[in-house]
Amino acid sequence: MNTNGNGSPEPNDGLRLKTGLAEMLKGGVIMDVTNVEQAKIAEEAGAVAVMALERVPSDIRRDGGVSRMSHPNMIREIMAAVSIPVMAKCRIGHFAEAQILQSLGVDFVDESEVLTPADNRFHIDKWAFDVPFVCGARNLGEALRRIGEGAAMIRTKGEAGSGDVVHAVEHLRAITTGIRELTQLRDDELMTAAKDLGAPYEIVRKVARDARLPVPNFSAGGIATPADASLVMQLGAESVFVGSGIFKSEDPASHARAIVQAATHHLDPVKLADVSSEIGAAMPGIETSKLDSSELLQTRGW
Amino acid sequence: MVTRLMTTPRASPTPVSNGSIGVLALQGDFAAHAEALRRLGHQSFEVRDPTQLRDLDGLVIPGGESTTILRHFDRQPEWLRRLTDFARSGRLVFGTCAGLILLARSVQPHQPSLGVLDVTVERNGYGRQLDSSICRGSWTQAEPSNPDIEIVLIRAPRIVSTAAHVEVLAHLDDEPVLVRQNNIFGATFHPELAAGLDVYERVIALGMRLVPQTEA
Repeated sequence: MNTNGNGSPEPNDGLRLKTGLAEMLKGGVIMDVTNVEQAKIAEEAGAVAVMALERVPSDIRRDGGVSRMSHPNMIREIMAAVSIPVMAKCRIGHFAEAQILQSLGVDFVDESEVLTPADNRFHIDKWAFDVPFVCGARNLGEALRRIGEGAAMIRTKGEAGSGDVVHAVEHLRAITTGIRELTQLRDDELMTAAKDLGAPYEIVRKVARDARLPVPNFSAGGIATPADASLVMQLGAESVFVGSGIFKSEDPASHARAIVQAATHHLDPVKLADVSSEIGAAMPGIETSKLDSSELLQTRGW
Repeated sequence: MVTRLMTTPRASPTPVSNGSIGVLALQGDFAAHAEALRRLGHQSFEVRDPTQLRDLDGLVIPGGESTTILRHFDRQPEWLRRLTDFARSGRLVFGTCAGLILLARSVQPHQPSLGVLDVTVERNGYGRQLDSSICRGSWTQAEPSNPDIEIVLIRAPRIVSTAAHVEVLAHLDDEPVLVRQNNIFGATFHPELAAGLDVYERVIALGMRLVPQTEA
C-alpha cells in the first residue's frame, strides 16, 4: 500500500502494530460501557475490549444535544479497572480530542459518527498518531478512504442505538460486494474504479488482488442479539461491536455472555439456539425506516 | 528432559512435513496463524470444539484475549481436560501471547490456566498498546545464518520466571521470549505476524519431530 506515509509498498512497523492489535480482537465482542461497573461486567462476560463512552448511542439519540469525547477521568478509571483493551471515541475530524485520548493511553480510538461531527469535510489524519484508529464505513469507497487516512480497522456502520440490524447488513453487503466486483476487473480498469469509489488507487489495486480489505473488518450498529452477531459474522464481519445492545437489555451480564458465544460459534445453529434460550429480552428497538433522515447517525462521515 | 534438536539433530523419526495442525479458533488472530501454516505447507484447521483435537498432529493457541478464551472454557469445561491430555500426549502445542498465558503454570495477576508449561507470566507485562513494539531478539543458540529474529510485541505478556527444565530458545535483551518444555512451546510475541516465518518454521520443525511414531 502506498499509504503508510513513506511511499513503501508494504505496511510499515507502525501500521503492522496497529492492525496487529485489531487481529487480536477477531472473533470477539467489543462492548460499549459507561462506567467502571459496566466495564467489569463486560470483561467478566468475555468482551475482547470495551468502548468507554458517556452515553450509549440509544441515550444519545434520546437526549440529543452535542455529543463529545468522554471525560478523561471516566476513561482513566475504566482503564484501571479492566485488563482488556480500552477504546474511546472522538468526534469526526476532532484531532485534538484524539490527541488527548492518545495521551491518556487508550488502546484504540474510534473516530465515530455516534458523536457530533467536529468537521463537516475532513477526517483525522490518522497516520499522525501512534494509537490505532477504527472508523465506520457504509460502502467500499468510504472504507478505503478511511484506510487511506490511516485507519487500522473498519467497522461497517449500522444505525447506532436502534437495535435494528438492517443497516449493518446493508453496509456489510455493500462492502463485500464491492470487493468481489473489484476482483473481477482488469488491471487497466482499476484507475477508473478508484475514481468512481473516491478511493486511493494503490489501495484499490491491493483490494482487487487480495480480495479483502487490508485491515480487519468488524461490524457495528444495531446488533442486539446472538442471532444478529451470527448474521453479520456469516456475512463477513470478523468481530462485532455491541453498543446499546448489552446494557439496554433485560439482563446485561447474561446477554453479554450469550453474544460472546455467538461471535465464536456463529456457524453453529445448535449452540446459537442454546445461548439464545438463556437470555432475557433484548433492548427495545427503533425501526430505522421510521426515522427521519436527519435523525440518522450513519450518514455522518465523508 | 530437554532435548536439543535445534543444533544437533539426532537419529529421530522422520520429520512430519505435512502434519495437520489445528488452530484454536475460539477468539484471536487464528486467521493469521492459519495463513502462516498454509505458507509453510501445512494443512490447518480451525478448532472450535474439543472433539476436533483428536485427529490433529499439533495445535496452535493464538494471540487474543485470554480472559475471553477462558470464558469459552468455562462454558464447555471439557476443553480443559482435552487440551491438557493433548499437551501430555507429546504432540506439538504452540501458544503465542494469550496462548502462552493459557499454557503457563502461573499467571500474574492470578487467573486460571492449563498449567502445562512451567513458567510464570505477567499479563500485559510490556504495557498497553502504545508500548507495543517491533524489535530484534536473539536465538539462545545463534547460528550464522540466523543471528536474530523479529519480535512483534502487542500488549504482550512477560515471562517473569522459568523452571529449570524449561529451555529458553530466544530472548529479548536478557529476558526469555520463546520457551520450550519438550513438545510445548510458548512465545510472548507473534511469529505469525512477522515479516519472515523463520521462528514459526523452527518451532514447527522442532515440535513435529516429537510426534509419537514408535509403532513404526
